[in-house]
Amino acid sequence: MLSFNSSNIISKTKTISRRMFLITSFKTVVLLGIVGRLASLQISESSKYRSLADKNRFRESKIAPPRGIIEDYFGNEIASNTKIYQLHINPETTPDIDLLLFRIKNILNLSNKKIILLKKKIAKKKSWDTTIVSDNLTWSEFSRINLFLHELEGAHPIVSVARFYKDNSSAHAIGYVSEISKNDLKNKKYLKDLNIEGVEIGKTGLESSLDEQMLGSPGYLRYEVNAYGKKIKQVATSLGLKGKTFRTTLDQNIQNISTEALEGVSGAVCVMDIYNGDVISMVSSPNFNPNSFVHGVNKDEWRGLTEDINKPMLNKAVSGLYPPGSTIKTLTALSALENDIFNPQQLIACKGYIDLHGERFHCWKKKGHGVLNMRSAIKRSCDIYFYEVARKLGIDRLSKTAKKFGLGQKVLTNYNEEKAGTVPNTKWKLNQIGKNWYIGETLHSGIGQGYFLSTPIQLCLMVAQIANGGFKIKPRMLVDENNKINNLQKYLDYKKKNPDSPNSIEQQIFEFGLKPLFRNQENVNFVKDAMFAASNEAGGTSYRSRHKEKNFMFAGKTGSSQIKKFTAAQREAEVKQADINYLERDHAWFVAFAPVQDPKYAISVLVEHGGSGSSAAAPLAKKIIKKVIERHELRTAQTNQQLGKNI
Amino acid sequence: MLYSRNSFHTPFTLRDKFFDLDFTLLLSILLLGIISMFAQYSSSGGQFDYHSKSHAIRFFVFFFFFLAISFVNIRFWNDYSLLIFISLILLLVAVKFFGVQSQGSRRWINLFVFNLQPSELMKIGIILFLSNYYHKISSSDVNKFKYLLYPLIALLIPFMLVLSQPDLGTAILILISGVVITWLSGVRWRIFAYLSGLFIVLAPIAISFLKPYQKNRILTFLNPDSDPLGAGYQIIQSKIAVGSGGLFGKGFLNGSQSYLNFLPEKHTDFIFTLYSEEFGFIGSIFMVLLYFLITFRITQIGNVTRSIFGKLYCYGFATAFFVYVAVNMSMVLGLLPIVGAPLPILSYGGSSMLAMMFGLGIVMSCNVYKTNTVS
Repeated sequence: MLSFNSSNIISKTKTISRRMFLITSFKTVVLLGIVGRLASLQISESSKYRSLADKNRFRESKIAPPRGIIEDYFGNEIASNTKIYQLHINPETTPDIDLLLFRIKNILNLSNKKIILLKKKIAKKKSWDTTIVSDNLTWSEFSRINLFLHELEGAHPIVSVARFYKDNSSAHAIGYVSEISKNDLKNKKYLKDLNIEGVEIGKTGLESSLDEQMLGSPGYLRYEVNAYGKKIKQVATSLGLKGKTFRTTLDQNIQNISTEALEGVSGAVCVMDIYNGDVISMVSSPNFNPNSFVHGVNKDEWRGLTEDINKPMLNKAVSGLYPPGSTIKTLTALSALENDIFNPQQLIACKGYIDLHGERFHCWKKKGHGVLNMRSAIKRSCDIYFYEVARKLGIDRLSKTAKKFGLGQKVLTNYNEEKAGTVPNTKWKLNQIGKNWYIGETLHSGIGQGYFLSTPIQLCLMVAQIANGGFKIKPRMLVDENNKINNLQKYLDYKKKNPDSPNSIEQQIFEFGLKPLFRNQENVNFVKDAMFAASNEAGGTSYRSRHKEKNFMFAGKTGSSQIKKFTAAQREAEVKQADINYLERDHAWFVAFAPVQDPKYAISVLVEHGGSGSSAAAPLAKKIIKKVIERHELRTAQTNQQLGKNI
Repeated sequence: MLYSRNSFHTPFTLRDKFFDLDFTLLLSILLLGIISMFAQYSSSGGQFDYHSKSHAIRFFVFFFFFLAISFVNIRFWNDYSLLIFISLILLLVAVKFFGVQSQGSRRWINLFVFNLQPSELMKIGIILFLSNYYHKISSSDVNKFKYLLYPLIALLIPFMLVLSQPDLGTAILILISGVVITWLSGVRWRIFAYLSGLFIVLAPIAISFLKPYQKNRILTFLNPDSDPLGAGYQIIQSKIAVGSGGLFGKGFLNGSQSYLNFLPEKHTDFIFTLYSEEFGFIGSIFMVLLYFLITFRITQIGNVTRSIFGKLYCYGFATAFFVYVAVNMSMVLGLLPIVGAPLPILSYGGSSMLAMMFGLGIVMSCNVYKTNTVS
């Protein structure tokens, strides 16, 4: 057996070796063939190919694609493209680059510094690459260049397109574009094929988050050139693909009104549809001119923007973090009711302060509110009442409710710069600060001070979800291409048609696939009613800013978030907010929903260092709410038209 | 005797194994890898972008993978070759159903971490499988009908699967590797003649199944000047790039043809064009010789290894490796139609790199365990 095996192996090995020898010989022949081919191409015919490469080569230049448009809900262009005039130079096609730059410098009155920068830029590139000398020429400069074009060999006046923003009202919501930086190239892989002179990319807001889709794909121009780089004939062209156009849920009119309302103060406004979560307005103040960034912002303007104490570059609506102040009382009350901690009829006497565990807690009203129940405590925003509610409720239950209503997490998906804020609880404190929770902190949290931090958009969502009866909604900034009536809207229409439906609320919730945030809807209705009282009954905190016409009536809650604790001396002297240092004044809040009879919209207004919510924030909200409700029918018509298209 | 130590010696310690590596082959591969990084860097326009970076990372990762495989007993590869082959067939079938589509062909399978191209691994899988098969059967059975049918079917399944992706280039390379092993094992000339005859008769029918772009490429190859700006564009531009490189080349990062984007796939199939333009005839000859040296060393390892499996594998892989190089170079030099065949190690492509390093690793294992007769 063994002998058979070894003889078998020997015979196999013989065959294999013999045949491998043949293959090796064959390989040698092929190798010689390739070497021969290389020799013929690179040695004997080299001069032919070299001249082909030099004298008659093809050039390809990439064309920047037009950026996608951003529209408001009604199709008005918020961010569009406009025609611009540019001057490009192509070093390869000019006999003397220094002379060319010298002439251009005289025609356009460029500074010596700019010319040195340009020379550096050109030196870094290949000789056939285009360099942009000036990317936004005025018409007169452009015509002067064209006049002297015969002596500017290698210069190419180009008509191109660039981003244009109609006004500053959406500067934060939409964001701005600017040229590609080194960091962008490193971090954003989609820019790989788009690193073309003249391409601008989104830096903040929607421009940044939708950048990839709005950029489009670049076109190219392929042409034949002669030895001097002069174009002989066009070979192939592709215009590229324009970027995608996006329709947002914003309303340009409301954006303008909100901007107007915030004129002269630092703050933010958010308006939201309480049923489908459409963000109708999002404005942060002070704003900036986004057009300044398109062609490179100048140093002085940039310094002005970054050094301003009111931080114009910050989108306060999504990235500004402030304690929610008394606006949180809506949730403190709701949480207490939902957990059966508190009876709303329970009376508590407010004498302006309360002593607990050896610490004195003050009400904002020095004289005190007297004896109140929960409804009037919300209406008049009594702190003492809510200290007691919070004490019984405990921070962990409050934090659970607050999180359920959207605090402490990002609301939108469209903002890279959005902040999540903080909803404190015992575990959070232990993890983040490493200390145990104190009961005093619970009391502060119950009135929205202390560790609580929220953004205007979060509080807007909170009110929206209270106003719609306590159902979860998903806020959005972009109109879905297949815009559908959402379940909450369907449920509402059904309820309107069948007011005495025999089905229980649980059945209806199930049937329409709703996501309730409550255990008992009566509790949500109680909070809504108390907010109504705060705005529309005498003694309510925002009574002075109410709308008297039934259509425009709103229900709201004021708030002010403390920056610095009052000293005992200040409290005694009854120091007014207006008398203290601007940066130490309280932030003013107002959150509301409207109209009260049939709620449709929620609003949140923040005025930084504005003092009290009732005097600084509520009047602004009043103005905006009126406009929003006036435009409701137009918006509905637009929605129906859109739905009609999709059915 | 070829061996300085006794012929029954099998390496036990890692140190022994390490000194049994073939250092000529190892250093050649390392050198080729380093050149490939420069070439990729140049193809990215002289910057460390995504392509050049991931190429460098892959080379080092797969180089360690190669070393690891070298130390695995050759018997392991013999025992598991059938299993490896069947798994690769299953992967190819999976590509058919769940594959990632790109530019009209379905070649990749998404493994979440990266996209794998099983057809590239099949190039090695078929060599492993057939080497194992002919190792097992007796030399007197090789030409019996029953023993011919089995490898024929095993060869046609992956061939058809890859062809239908469609990926003509890889399908042909798999076919060639299979044919080489069968031929080495002693199958008669006559049988190859019959099959070739059958192939020639069937070729016109097969061509009618080709995609229009594939037909176009064959027609263009036959007469590139007929459509200089369309499909012939690549061949002409590639020839101009290589030819204009001259004796010494235009210098690193100075290949004007390559920089002007005439070569749409300059970091994959046309990497040799770019290299050749920048380093000229001298550089190209060096590269050709480097590849030939690798092939030669693999053949040498085949000579000294004792098992039939190892011999067949080394000879088969050496030939296949040479064919990949020859096909790619002939393609960019205008000697063959453009079929889409990467240049081993130099071209960008993870699956191709993985397959080559895997294949070379087994060769190295044949050298480390050369005295092992497997059975």
